[in-house]
Amino acid sequence: MAAQTSTAGDRLRSILRVADLGRFGMIILLIIVLMGVVALVGAKENRVEVILASFLATLFSVATPLTLGALSGIYCERAGVVNIAIEGMMLGSAFFGFIASIYLKQAGLSDQMSLWLGVAAAILTGALFALLHAVLSITFKVDQIISGTVINILAIGITGYLNRQLFFQGNVPHAPGVLPVIHIPFLADLPVFGKIFQQQPVAVAAVLLVAITHFVLFYTPWGLHTRAVGEHPKAADTVGINVYFVRYANVLIGGMIAGLGGAYFTLESVPSFEPLMTNGRGFISLAAMIFGNWSPFGAWAATLLFGAAQAMQINLQYYSTSIPEGLDFLKKSQIVGMIPYILTMFALTGIVGRTTPPVADGQPYEK
Amino acid sequence: MSSSPESHSGSKLIQIWQAITRTVLIPVLAVFTALIINAIIIRVSGGDPILAYLGLWEGAFGSPKAISETLVWSTPYIFAGLSVALAFKGGLFNIGAEGQLSFGALISAWIGFALPKLLGTSLPWIIHLPLALFGGILAGALWGAIPGWLKARTGGHEVINTIMMNYIAVLLTSFLLNGPLKDPNPFNVIARTPEIAESARLTPLIEGFRVHWGIVIALLIAFAVWWFLWKTTLGFEIRTVGANPDAAKYAGINVSRIIVLTMSLAGGLAGMAGAVEVIALNYRQELGFSIGYGFDAIAIALLGRSHPLGVVLAAILFGAMRSGATRMQFLTQIPVDIISVVQALILLLVAAEEIVRFIYRIKAPKETVVLTRGWGG
Repeated sequence: MAAQTSTAGDRLRSILRVADLGRFGMIILLIIVLMGVVALVGAKENRVEVILASFLATLFSVATPLTLGALSGIYCERAGVVNIAIEGMMLGSAFFGFIASIYLKQAGLSDQMSLWLGVAAAILTGALFALLHAVLSITFKVDQIISGTVINILAIGITGYLNRQLFFQGNVPHAPGVLPVIHIPFLADLPVFGKIFQQQPVAVAAVLLVAITHFVLFYTPWGLHTRAVGEHPKAADTVGINVYFVRYANVLIGGMIAGLGGAYFTLESVPSFEPLMTNGRGFISLAAMIFGNWSPFGAWAATLLFGAAQAMQINLQYYSTSIPEGLDFLKKSQIVGMIPYILTMFALTGIVGRTTPPVADGQPYEK
Repeated sequence: MSSSPESHSGSKLIQIWQAITRTVLIPVLAVFTALIINAIIIRVSGGDPILAYLGLWEGAFGSPKAISETLVWSTPYIFAGLSVALAFKGGLFNIGAEGQLSFGALISAWIGFALPKLLGTSLPWIIHLPLALFGGILAGALWGAIPGWLKARTGGHEVINTIMMNYIAVLLTSFLLNGPLKDPNPFNVIARTPEIAESARLTPLIEGFRVHWGIVIALLIAFAVWWFLWKTTLGFEIRTVGANPDAAKYAGINVSRIIVLTMSLAGGLAGMAGAVEVIALNYRQELGFSIGYGFDAIAIALLGRSHPLGVVLAAILFGAMRSGATRMQFLTQIPVDIISVVQALILLLVAAEEIVRFIYRIKAPKETVVLTRGWGG
């Protein structure tokens, strides 16, 4: 069906997808509700605009791995390859990026240099996991969900084993800290709200990548090829597009973006690695991708909603003494912590508008 | 699928040979290859693979106590492996065995310690024990039914929803074990329930060993699952929906109902794993008592080709590795986590049997088995 629509129609559809107003309205409404809860609770201790600024600053930071995970999923699935291995790719990259940074520091490099090379190592790790996924699911035509699960389990096993093997004998080398904060010119100097624009590099890159991905997917030949391969590979093949190459390349790009998402955990957020530290973010970002209808801006909006749920949890802990009587459940971090997961399940019900995956998503291509 | 009428005995022999390679040869070669690759990993990271594998064998089968421990480990693996296998047969991917298992264990423990107090009287074991067991099964079934219902009703994919239910189960367990259900003993600092009453406990199978009646129940349940899937109408309907939901629909099968039923049964089996661990082994539920049973169960179901007999054998293999790993760590200082690497490698090689076929030059069969479907299905 998609193969018959003209490029103009395609473009119109993409614009409509972006301007899916009902979905956006609902996302913004929910974020406001979550923010409102925090503002109400914290109002006793702090000025409301200060609370809101810090809430939004936290939101953009914690949404970073989700945004990158969702973008990773978009590249893969727009090309027709389901990628549920984002969780494992992030976990693996978080670990190897961290390892690279501490050993480079030990080798005598400056903290800054070790951190940036650590990010590069994380991206490379993501690409290697993606290569495995591509070989399994594109070349060997293994069921893509099984292949993704294999990578997830492999990442848990390898990081758990090496973490114990390398660091359990007590010789934990010093980590080079976390990536420096970037002050976005002018905006970062705003009073109170400037805080929102003081973010670390991976968070900034995530937002830039949303716009870049939108441009690449909808305004470049590469994007057209990618979508063609994901919607109707046979037709794409007939007009001379190399289906396997386009799929391999997009899965690798997706893996690298997931790798950057992994770098967030150990090089930007905290300077340490813990087993299983990705905690389901990879899966939540997939739900965000679906909720955002496989479009970069839609998925970004969805990840901000999940980020808001997490920001609420963090902020409520901070203001826990001010939580009024009768709302005691807000004090229980475990209960508030369930919100992103419940939101994910809710997002997948499609109650807020049906979503349509790329037609050939999940199907191996046989020449 | 095309079985032409003129197929003579020669092609029949080929068919039988293909069936054997598919069900036995490939899994065995996958395990063998995984052990070789793993030996290389151990060697590279500075260990002695031969000593490690000797320790593994000794710890798994080297003594009556070792065998007992292997069976103790295998018991939840059999239940959880059956859970994933049954869902596969119905065309569903249950990554939620972990959550179903821990929620089942939680409810089972609650019935075990709280029911006599609530009723103000002790119960005879003939009532209390089955209640604790079935409570756990029902709790697991509920945890599986929710993603099943969401799938049937809204199309929300069970892969993500079962994973979300895992996280929710972890948080719920953590909340309850740190609060309402925490062992009130003033000396207790651990997030765990009180011990269950004597009347809710299963006795050890053999005096002096930890192996318990759970292994017998597990084997009976494995047989029951086989009988259910291949000898009953409902089992046939589940397999039909798994093989081809469209065909099932045209044949008049209520696909939505079967999806919910399949996920409930899968959840119930995983819940039973948790319940049996509580009533026969731990006598309580503790935070973080299940780390990774659910993921291991996927590997077990795939290795066992989703057949109950295969699941039992794969579960015993995985149980042996878990139980032998401690001995291996003691002998060689190689962390027990290496077992997760072996298991992931096994899973990789059974899932991607094309790799095994490629290494050992085994021809592929013409038809392929569909295990899961993309977001659309």
